[in-house]
Amino acid sequence: MYRTRFSDHLVLIVGALFLCTPVVVAFMTSTHTAADIHMNGLSLTWGGNFIDTYEKVLTQKGGFTGEITGTSMVINSLILGVGFAVGKIVLSMLAAYAIVYFRFPMATLSFWVIFTTLLLPLEVRIMPSYQVMSELGLLNSYTGLIVPLLASATGTFYFRQFFKSVPEELLEAARIDGAGPFKFFIDILVPISRTMIAAIFIIMFVYGWNQYLWPMLMTTDERFFTLMRGIKSILQVWIGSQIPDYNEAFALAVLAMLPPVAIVVIFQSWFIKGLTESDK
Amino acid sequence: MAYTTSQPQPGGFLSRLGFGGAARKKPAAAAEEMKRVQFTSPVLPYLFLFPQLAVIFIFFYWPSVQALSSSFYIEDPFGFGSTFVGMSNYTDALFSAEYQSIALFTAAFTIIVTFLSLSIGLLLAVKADRIIKGSSTYKTLLIAVYAIAAPVSGLIGMMFFDQHIGPFVKMMSYLGWNMQVGLNYYDTAFAMIVVAVWKQIPYNFIFFLSGLQNVPVSVREAAMIDCRSGFRRFWTVVLPLLAPTAFFLLTINVTYSLFDTFGLIDVMVKDKPANNPITLVYKVYNDGFRGNDLGGSSAQSVILMIVVFVLTIFQFRYIERRVHYN
Repeated sequence: MYRTRFSDHLVLIVGALFLCTPVVVAFMTSTHTAADIHMNGLSLTWGGNFIDTYEKVLTQKGGFTGEITGTSMVINSLILGVGFAVGKIVLSMLAAYAIVYFRFPMATLSFWVIFTTLLLPLEVRIMPSYQVMSELGLLNSYTGLIVPLLASATGTFYFRQFFKSVPEELLEAARIDGAGPFKFFIDILVPISRTMIAAIFIIMFVYGWNQYLWPMLMTTDERFFTLMRGIKSILQVWIGSQIPDYNEAFALAVLAMLPPVAIVVIFQSWFIKGLTESDK
Repeated sequence: MAYTTSQPQPGGFLSRLGFGGAARKKPAAAAEEMKRVQFTSPVLPYLFLFPQLAVIFIFFYWPSVQALSSSFYIEDPFGFGSTFVGMSNYTDALFSAEYQSIALFTAAFTIIVTFLSLSIGLLLAVKADRIIKGSSTYKTLLIAVYAIAAPVSGLIGMMFFDQHIGPFVKMMSYLGWNMQVGLNYYDTAFAMIVVAVWKQIPYNFIFFLSGLQNVPVSVREAAMIDCRSGFRRFWTVVLPLLAPTAFFLLTINVTYSLFDTFGLIDVMVKDKPANNPITLVYKVYNDGFRGNDLGGSSAQSVILMIVVFVLTIFQFRYIERRVHYN
């Protein structure tokens, strides 16, 4: 068999350092004071200013209207992440259920109408999407933040694959026992999809949490700012300032990447499985 | 055996979210296969489909059609109506020197980022595949940053390349390179590429590793007997078996470089694209929201849509046939 060589470890260690150091440095630097960072640059050691910086970022009111705190941005990010994940799961489970379990004339057409959305990412149709939103009066609202992001087929595709892998006998048995479409869905299909639902929830939550472009367009009112949106405004503030609040920017970055990193590390095996495994 | 499928498979954008595998394997046969037993109801399926379809029509088809139609008009900047101008928004965009140079940068950026993140991801996966002891630690460390959002990585990257506090800038100044990210076009481009590659490596690593671990032990052992050179063994036996994964990742990385890097670029140019390198997607945003040029921005959107379509068709018509599937 192959014997592990030192060089293999070396490459991996260099790779891991390259990938992880920036995250560690971002966190460590955030515990220093702004002046300290300005003088000594980024840091790999603990600065002792952790509580001050994070307390300030989370509670101090800032922004132009003085109404936004880090905490309210975290809450908005959570609302976006959870709202998006829940909405995605509900919409896509229902749609996939209709496509897989019902025989009706428009099935194929609906399938393609939904799946065409995978071809065009939001980035290429931002301007008209924005106009539609302003015509509907949905700017600066949670609805406007969440619902338009649901207009894609990702979840539907995933649930469709999963439903197709569910044994036929289940439905046959259920029908013999007299279960209708609603009963079958709620009592059988939803319970057996539990793991799938949990996995999709996590992936979609991270996706919603990480949204940048859409919140940036949709929200001008600071009460609706998410963490990602806050990162943009912190940059706009510090151009021109003498000693930029590096520590606060890093603290914000740490808050913004905490859930994605934690989720990937904790649910590693799920993530890899969800990513790479084909339809069973 | 090679695929010949006439159905476009929703690979790219689906997989960016993390459903690569589902789209990757055996799409054609499975696509229209039905359940033997189904419900029949005149109303219910439409009722279940309604929410999804409503959202898609309002927030996907309507804007897409609007992009198409407004690309043929010039909107009055003060909102007094619009004038039909035919294809002139398109020709204005395509023949302007600015657009061409941005397109060129986008192409170069895409090629470099794709090449680097694929090759580094592959290298790490090959090494990790060989290691048994401590492999899970390496794996965790290598994928930990996978889900960090583009703007956050842009922010961290910007700090590393900051004029005052950035360690990279200091390092480079020892080498005699006076780096000015944000001011010098090429320095900014360099920083963007480093950050974009950094963010994408874990994704490629995950897929290459799982691809490598799917290579049957029997094949590896046979190759071991036939060929002593480890590099040749990799080149002639393992790499062809990895081709489907590599090909799939190629599309993902191209779409990543084209679209998902928006947040990263927006943060790294600090909102001031002035003479910094930007990509085509950034220009769509910039012209539409800063320049208030609805027609021009829409025309550019449509051009990008066409690029995406061409990429998708290219993916299924041309490259997939040349890739060996087992």
